[in-house]
Amino acid sequence: MEHIVIIGNGISGITAARHIRKLSDKKITIISAESDYFFSRTALMYVYMGHMKFEHTQPYENWFWKKNRLNLVNGYVTKVDTASKKVILKSSEEIGYDKLIIATGSKPNKFGWPGQDLKGVQGLYSKQDLELLQANAPNNEICKRAVIVGGGLIGIELAEMLRSRDIPVTFLVRENSFWNGVLPQGESQMINEHILEHHIDLKLDTNLKEIISDENGWANAVVTDKGETIQCTVVGLTAGVTPNIDFLKGSGIETGKGVKVNNFLETNIADVYAIGDCAEQHEAIGSRRPVEAVWYTGRMMGETLAQTICGNKRAYNPGHWFNSAKFLDIEYQTYGWVFSEKSKKDHEQHFHWRHPKEKICVTIAFHKDTKQFLGINTFGIRMRHEILDRWLTENRSIAYVMEFLKDANFDPEFYAEYEKAIVSQYNSQFGTNITPKKKSWKRIFSNI
Amino acid sequence: MQIIKKIGLFIFLIGLTIFTILPFIGEFKVTPATMDQIIQQKGISSEIFIQGMEENVVGKQFQGMLSLSPKITQTLEAANAQHRKDKEYKKIIYTGPHDLAAAVGKASGSGFIVENKGLMWFLTFGLGILGALLFIIPNIVLLGKKGVKNNGIYHENATNRGWIAWMVFVFLVSFYLVLYFRSEYAVNWTYLVDPISEFLSGNPAGHWFVYGFMYCTVMTVMAVRMYIKYRHNMYQMVRTTSVLFFQIVFAFLIPEIMVRLQMPYYDFKNAFPLDYDFFFQWNLKSLLNSGGIGLFILVWGIVLTLVIVPVMVYFFGKRWYCSWVCGCGGLAETLGDPYRQHSSKSLFSWKVERWLVHGVLVFAVGMTLMTLYSFFTESGTVLGLKTQSVQNTYSLLIGAFFAGVIGTGFYPIFGNRVWCRFGCPLAAYLGFVQRFKSRFRITTNGGQCISCGNCSTYCEQGIDVRAYAQKGENIIRSSCVGCGICSAVCPRGVLKLENGPLKGRINPTEILLGNDVDLMDLVNKK
Repeated sequence: MEHIVIIGNGISGITAARHIRKLSDKKITIISAESDYFFSRTALMYVYMGHMKFEHTQPYENWFWKKNRLNLVNGYVTKVDTASKKVILKSSEEIGYDKLIIATGSKPNKFGWPGQDLKGVQGLYSKQDLELLQANAPNNEICKRAVIVGGGLIGIELAEMLRSRDIPVTFLVRENSFWNGVLPQGESQMINEHILEHHIDLKLDTNLKEIISDENGWANAVVTDKGETIQCTVVGLTAGVTPNIDFLKGSGIETGKGVKVNNFLETNIADVYAIGDCAEQHEAIGSRRPVEAVWYTGRMMGETLAQTICGNKRAYNPGHWFNSAKFLDIEYQTYGWVFSEKSKKDHEQHFHWRHPKEKICVTIAFHKDTKQFLGINTFGIRMRHEILDRWLTENRSIAYVMEFLKDANFDPEFYAEYEKAIVSQYNSQFGTNITPKKKSWKRIFSNI
Repeated sequence: MQIIKKIGLFIFLIGLTIFTILPFIGEFKVTPATMDQIIQQKGISSEIFIQGMEENVVGKQFQGMLSLSPKITQTLEAANAQHRKDKEYKKIIYTGPHDLAAAVGKASGSGFIVENKGLMWFLTFGLGILGALLFIIPNIVLLGKKGVKNNGIYHENATNRGWIAWMVFVFLVSFYLVLYFRSEYAVNWTYLVDPISEFLSGNPAGHWFVYGFMYCTVMTVMAVRMYIKYRHNMYQMVRTTSVLFFQIVFAFLIPEIMVRLQMPYYDFKNAFPLDYDFFFQWNLKSLLNSGGIGLFILVWGIVLTLVIVPVMVYFFGKRWYCSWVCGCGGLAETLGDPYRQHSSKSLFSWKVERWLVHGVLVFAVGMTLMTLYSFFTESGTVLGLKTQSVQNTYSLLIGAFFAGVIGTGFYPIFGNRVWCRFGCPLAAYLGFVQRFKSRFRITTNGGQCISCGNCSTYCEQGIDVRAYAQKGENIIRSSCVGCGICSAVCPRGVLKLENGPLKGRINPTEILLGNDVDLMDLVNKK
């Protein structure tokens, strides 16, 4: 029986394992040093905030693994020997494989800041990071202030977490507006305001210069490039993540930023594959980045690779880009491509609507000349994935999107509707005369 | 603000303490006149009982029902035992000993409590309401910006099965035990609400009136909490208002007013088989003897169960009843909301749930068929089983223990829908309709789920919502009561309760939306 060994029990590795099991009887072994069972990394914040217990982040009950003959090994892979097809664990145990899937995810970036390895300085990625945070910042008596370095999705989650325990937070963001490398200005601005509303001390356009130690090797202040010194107990480093692949050095597996893979998620070595955060495409697919550290792409790679491994060779060919996040109280969804001013191309034009009072806004990107709909960002409004995916496939125009916008609304029943206001602003801005159509079940389910 | 909250908690606890002490205190004196009145009312012909009462009870002063009640129950049981021995069956007293003790107690209370009903109401209910509101209302400010407010639920003793939760558990269980089995200890509570009862129905309050009034009060106060906690979520606001309206108007006010108008006591929204005694002989007789209104209720009750309920479930899912109208659901969604996360999501619990809830439905329907057979044939037994004993067993095990003591008492430990999930026969019936023929579903939004588990954690019915959401499948489950909290707590906008066409409602998927279109087609062969 063919033996599939998967390093990493995150969403990519587990999705691959589940699908391989569905399709075949192969022997499957999953190795992880982080946790005994698969858990949802994105939910770690809720454990700290008291919304859930750690066990709630585990999507499958503990009997699931045995029942589905997925062997779980708790161990840390230190070496991959591709010549004799085996992996070597820290415990010097060796596990032979016929096919190897590397799904080891990411680790927090550290950019060589002085003091970055002091006690009290940490990232937020793994289960161990969560445990460390619970020890370092259990309350605002022990943690007088936390400084977060890096204005991305993990940074703002960490800020929300600490604020849930009333710990004062200073948030250092390199950019001059929150996440504006990704978000268009209007949206980024709205999130800036929302961060301040939550009593987070947001310092834009500010970099970390150094972390200062006390006499016991604990961080007790940071110095910014503005020359400011901020006393603190905990420093959160959340300036992005980088593939977690150091253990592959000398294995002969080609790596760049991540593990280099082709369209079929194959590495340069036969029978060795890489998926998820740690994989790096030789050539970026469409407007995607070569390394995609996103839950959904990890899952999609797992789904795809399982087919290949089970004899149904498939290229990784993701559909239309989509993503979501939550900034404190504001939900964010994106479908298709809406680029920020920093990275958008000349032909990409934006229509932006923002609610006069509430923290709700929408940005729709379209082609300046052809008026083709390119993508949509929504803040505080939920959108129907299927509808937007369909519109993107059908190359609909912005006018069409405006007219049928109600079909795409996914907010709970009885919620206030904003389509009228959105379309009316669009009309006055572009001199059109579009009336939004009533929501139609027939259209919504027309592809079934 | 924190200070106001603390003061509120303190005031609430004073009110609760006085309320809790009441069953143990009070003066009771049974006068000969009272005795005669009871003898007449209950049609008592047992001279042994009357003599025993006159020797031990009449004319004496008792401190608290704890000292009076045993005298009455012992006298009654001794008298009945003697009559059974002597085969004097006509002299046996069929009123339950505790009901009789309650009747005697109610008629013979005297002293401060009875003379100061209004003041005593304020010191119990009044302080309770005031304190609770002072505790709850500062949350408008303290909870901060509107949004999901679940911070610290698993850190707090009260909401994480700590000692406070266990205290609440003990209190609620004891309260229900008194209510169902020792109503004589509720006599002092009835005095507090006598003025309200007399205003509504013209009669003094019994212990069930206390319960009804308290139910409405608790729901109203806790609805204020819901309004504050979920103020960002219009579905929760509307739903809370609906469930509160149906409890106060349909379950509480209308039946009381009907009594005043010489009509049968009836809750128009309480559908069989939840209303398990609707077809009991005494109820049918009472309805048939009440003229036009009785007949209307009879027809309404039957149409409600056979037509209205399933048709509404077809259009809206069982949520229209379970979390918009039903009283049990109403309490669960208000008082029970802080405990919703305790329902077990394991596969094992689901198995237990299916056996239990459908078992109760079979029990309820079987009992009713026996009852109707007995009613029309006027025979007391069906296939050798005594109809009366089956009814009594159901009333005790399901009506009192399951729905009351366990159903509500276990809120702080097993979550707020123990009864609705494991026991309610109406929920089981509606569940069939919802599962097999309904437009209702919780739509999963394509590939957006991140498996975080908030939805499953906060599902009061113990549905592992995430198991569906992370597969891109709609949630079609007979037990879903459509409370909408999964959708509310989802951080990524994945879940939406909606009514739509039957086609494509159940949508098993292997590969989620967002991946290669060809691969999705290949694997998701529909």
